[in-house]
Amino acid sequence: MRIQHPFARSLVFARTGPFFIDACVALCGLAIFFSVVRTGVYWMGKPVPVVPISHSLSALPVYAFYSIIRIGIAYLLSLVFAITYGYTAAYNPRIEAWMIAVLDILQSIPVLSFLPPVILAMVALVPGHQMGIELGIILLIFTGQVWNLAFSFYSSLKSIPREMLEASRIYRYSAWQRFWQLEMPYAAIGLVWNSIVSVAGGWFALIACEMFTMGDHNFQLPGLGSYLQTATASGDIRALVAGFAVVILIVVATDQLVWRPMIAWSDKFKFEQVESADRVVSPILEFFRRSTLLSSLPGRIWHSFEEPIYRRLARSKECRVVRPIDEDTARKSSASLWALAVAAIAIVGWGALQAILMLRTLTWPDVRLLLEGAGATFLRVNAALLISAAWTIPVGVAIGFNPRIARIVQPIAQVLASVPATAFFPILLIGLVRVGGGLGVGSIALMLLGTQWYILFNVIAGAMSIPSDLREVASLFRFTRWQRWTRLILPGIFPYLITGMVTASGGAWNASVFAEYTHLQDRTLQTIGLGAQIEAATDSGRFPVILLATILISMMVVTMNRLVWRRLYRLAETRYKLEG
Amino acid sequence: MHGERYRLTVKIIKVATGARTFLHGHTRFYPIATPHSYTRTHNRQSGNLHPVPGEPCMQQAGIQNETPNVAVEAIIRAEKIEKYYAQPSENRIQVISATDLKIVPGEILALLGPSGSGKSTMLRMLTGLSRPTAGQVYWHEKPIAETEINVSIVFQSFALFPWLTVLENVEAPLQARGVPADERRARSMRMLDTVGLDGFEAAYPKELSGGMRQRVGFARALVVEPEVLFMDEPFSALDVLTAENLRSELLELWAKKTMPTKAVFLVTHNIEEAVLLADRIIVLGRNPGHIRTDFRVQLPQPRDRKSEPFTQLVDYIYKVLTTPDVAPAQAPDQQAGKRVRDQRQMHYQMLPHARPGGMAGLLELLLDKGGRDDIYRLADDLAFEIDDLLPIVDAAQLLGFLKVEEGDAAITESGTEFANSEILRQKELFRDAAVANVLLLRQIRRALDAKSDHTVPEEFFLDMLDEQFSEEESLRQMETAVTWGRYAELFDFDASRRRFVLPDAQEEEAAASEGDE
Ligand SMILES: Nc1ncnc2c1ncn2[C@@H]1O[C@H](COP(=O)(O)OP(=O)(O)O)[C@@H](O)[C@H]1O
Ligand SMILES: [Mg+2]
Repeated sequence: MRIQHPFARSLVFARTGPFFIDACVALCGLAIFFSVVRTGVYWMGKPVPVVPISHSLSALPVYAFYSIIRIGIAYLLSLVFAITYGYTAAYNPRIEAWMIAVLDILQSIPVLSFLPPVILAMVALVPGHQMGIELGIILLIFTGQVWNLAFSFYSSLKSIPREMLEASRIYRYSAWQRFWQLEMPYAAIGLVWNSIVSVAGGWFALIACEMFTMGDHNFQLPGLGSYLQTATASGDIRALVAGFAVVILIVVATDQLVWRPMIAWSDKFKFEQVESADRVVSPILEFFRRSTLLSSLPGRIWHSFEEPIYRRLARSKECRVVRPIDEDTARKSSASLWALAVAAIAIVGWGALQAILMLRTLTWPDVRLLLEGAGATFLRVNAALLISAAWTIPVGVAIGFNPRIARIVQPIAQVLASVPATAFFPILLIGLVRVGGGLGVGSIALMLLGTQWYILFNVIAGAMSIPSDLREVASLFRFTRWQRWTRLILPGIFPYLITGMVTASGGAWNASVFAEYTHLQDRTLQTIGLGAQIEAATDSGRFPVILLATILISMMVVTMNRLVWRRLYRLAETRYKLEG
Repeated sequence: MHGERYRLTVKIIKVATGARTFLHGHTRFYPIATPHSYTRTHNRQSGNLHPVPGEPCMQQAGIQNETPNVAVEAIIRAEKIEKYYAQPSENRIQVISATDLKIVPGEILALLGPSGSGKSTMLRMLTGLSRPTAGQVYWHEKPIAETEINVSIVFQSFALFPWLTVLENVEAPLQARGVPADERRARSMRMLDTVGLDGFEAAYPKELSGGMRQRVGFARALVVEPEVLFMDEPFSALDVLTAENLRSELLELWAKKTMPTKAVFLVTHNIEEAVLLADRIIVLGRNPGHIRTDFRVQLPQPRDRKSEPFTQLVDYIYKVLTTPDVAPAQAPDQQAGKRVRDQRQMHYQMLPHARPGGMAGLLELLLDKGGRDDIYRLADDLAFEIDDLLPIVDAAQLLGFLKVEEGDAAITESGTEFANSEILRQKELFRDAAVANVLLLRQIRRALDAKSDHTVPEEFFLDMLDEQFSEEESLRQMETAVTWGRYAELFDFDASRRRFVLPDAQEEEAAASEGDE
């Protein structure tokens, strides 16, 4: 039975037939070609550190375009790197523990504090082209996006059911076939959801760092971030609002044109025994599926490309014997592995030595100031978390218990979470300054903006997962409101709450770097905190301070993760897991 | 629901598509050559090479280990394999202690044991999926890790790829072997047809019921034409009826040789399942895993869960499993005969319950028809139900009077002579054929000749038959043997004293009771 199409639109498509659709697709192809040419010309041009930013509305599309390109490239790099990293870690037991520890730490380091050294390095690496600066920014966004992707891919690989791995071995799949038929499909859903989070984080960082000052260097690249920052600095409210609107537009469009189709598409990779009733539907995906060109061509090209590979691989030695599943795959390449390990140790050792030498130039007052700042930022981050939790728990539970509202609110919360708080921040700040508030409050507000959504939609999901019969039992026994919350709701949402809080805390730390120090019109606003010190040190080019501050933040995040979040997580996994 | 309805249709179609298929498989219900006639031809032809029933050879105290006949080369041979697993807390624990095991062609081997006894571990070592900590597994006498082997596994959890369609799931192993797309598709479709899934190739596994999913699992396993088919509790995730259904279909595939598979290795913790399916059962003990007993199951297929030997065997295995500290006794009577009987290497054929007169009638009709005819048409001409005609055909075939070829009965030379002779000559011919082809008749005659008083109690032979057949079936076998023996004038039977006598020794007493049919 076919479901009636709710939109007249889709009926039009059905009537006008595939030709119209294919024509649209061809136009998109032309547009992409033009974009590539345009980007190439710009990138290969002479380096211009400070590109003047026009505040006219007609300039906005170009800026948006450049920003999107940066995000896109950074994201693709992240994806490739994440898959390589996750794959290597999962299949090399000897270095697995190390790689995961490194991942854990890198994930906790706030990206923005890397900004100055990364840009300098990239400019030095690619002299004579605008590409150097651009690559610096892209690398920065990359470091903000890649870790959770890598972690997601790694844990997907590790959780592939044993019998499926065995099936792939006994039927003598090549690594190639295993990758495309088992590993990628199995990891797809995790990768899609983490991509959403990653790209949101990318926008957050992009807007913050398209324009910055480092010592006597000024950088200002054409893009939405620079547009918003210059608009803030000059107090041009109209431009600010327009820029912000474009950001929102991009986020919503990405959600509708990319993520929803991706989520709907990835539904087929769900590892479930029975077909679930509610699915994400995406008109765009339907559109693509209806296009004869798009729905069959890639498959056919891929197929003709794949067949020879399979035939070649089937003759290889690897594919003719059944390889034991409990074998250490790294055993053979141990010589090269050793060389690699030695090289890695040497580089790390040298880097650490340089860092220590650099740190020795710091004076005691510097250190004391940093420690005070660390304490202040710590309090601020946790305050933001508490405030988020305080409002999102009741609201999230209320929404989650009402499936109809939940279905409407959840996608909206997802979009809101994707709006980079850094874009919204200038508007908020101007408002705050007019009211007479300082950055102390403002920075907490920024952290809130960036993080509360993660908690909200996790709580909603948690509330929805509480079985309705449990809720009925609660009302049957006439639980008081207190009992309902302590016996049923809080334990029920606990695992979800923890997941949300962990994500939120990472986001809040990252936001702190940007939130505690900012230029507004011709004033510099700042409050005491590690983030402010990092930004101030970046402005004046004091690397030792940046280094120590980064180390302090990382240490705090890692310690918190180990001592608090991980324990709570384990508790959630063991005690508060609601089965079935 | 959809699936169940579909299954029914398949059954009906199978019955309706006529005589040939049905007749082709009919020997299964009236095994002639040996009680093992449902196994591969390989065995049937090798006759005495077929592994001797039981014959335990005590390799270690308390462990009976069957040594299959040396003439049969093992496909997979495990030599003193051991397995240890690293534990996070302690050093490592031993899961399997040094074990020898052979998988030989022509048998369904069941590995039975309590959960956690290391059955799955054993299966994984035998397939090369897991490397033994010590010892070696050989594939046709070459180390398994270095040879190209051809095995499949059917998994308990099905282990299908949910993002691939049924057809893509079945095609995937062929793709791994570099089979071109067209051939891949054709072979997979054929295999889906075989397991009763045609029409479902575009479905996704999650749209199918558990039983149908496991059918996909079987199709995927069989499409590569494995030499050994491994199964790790393939039916335990299914409901009782579905499991029963799949089991019998598997046996059918195996009996009809629809698959080129030479041996089946079944891991299960279900005793009845093992006794239903297996030709040989190995019981595994725990902590660490070791072979407790290894014996042959000689019950003819199809097996009846309620028959005496079946329940005895189940009870025996149950006892072995529930008394892990006691050295297992011998497996019950279905193989106990090996101790004394000098004829133990031969099995009693299952005698079709047909009268000699019927055989003569059939052969004469066949000769009239030019010596060869479709069995269905013969039944029609005789106004016989096919079920009534088949035992007669089988009996004539057993005696070498006719051959069944592709649903046709073809008369042989001796059959022609028999049909052309007059009654006394017929009796002579029948006698020769019976002594040459029917073990039981030969034994009875020899015993009578050997004894000074030329009499042997019926009980003596019943005892021997009981080792192989259910009590009821033994009685019927004896009844048929008496009918045949009397007709052939091999011996006579004293019904009041329940004993066999030589015809000439009691000439004067009962000349009138000559077998007349
Ligand atoms: N990968 C593994 N690591 C550690 N112990 C294992 C592993 N696989 C199986 N075991 C242990 O080996 C024993 C036998 O397991 P298994 O072969 O699965 O038994 P069965 O299939 O008979 O239930 C069990 O005690 C199990 O805990
Ligand atoms: Mg098992």
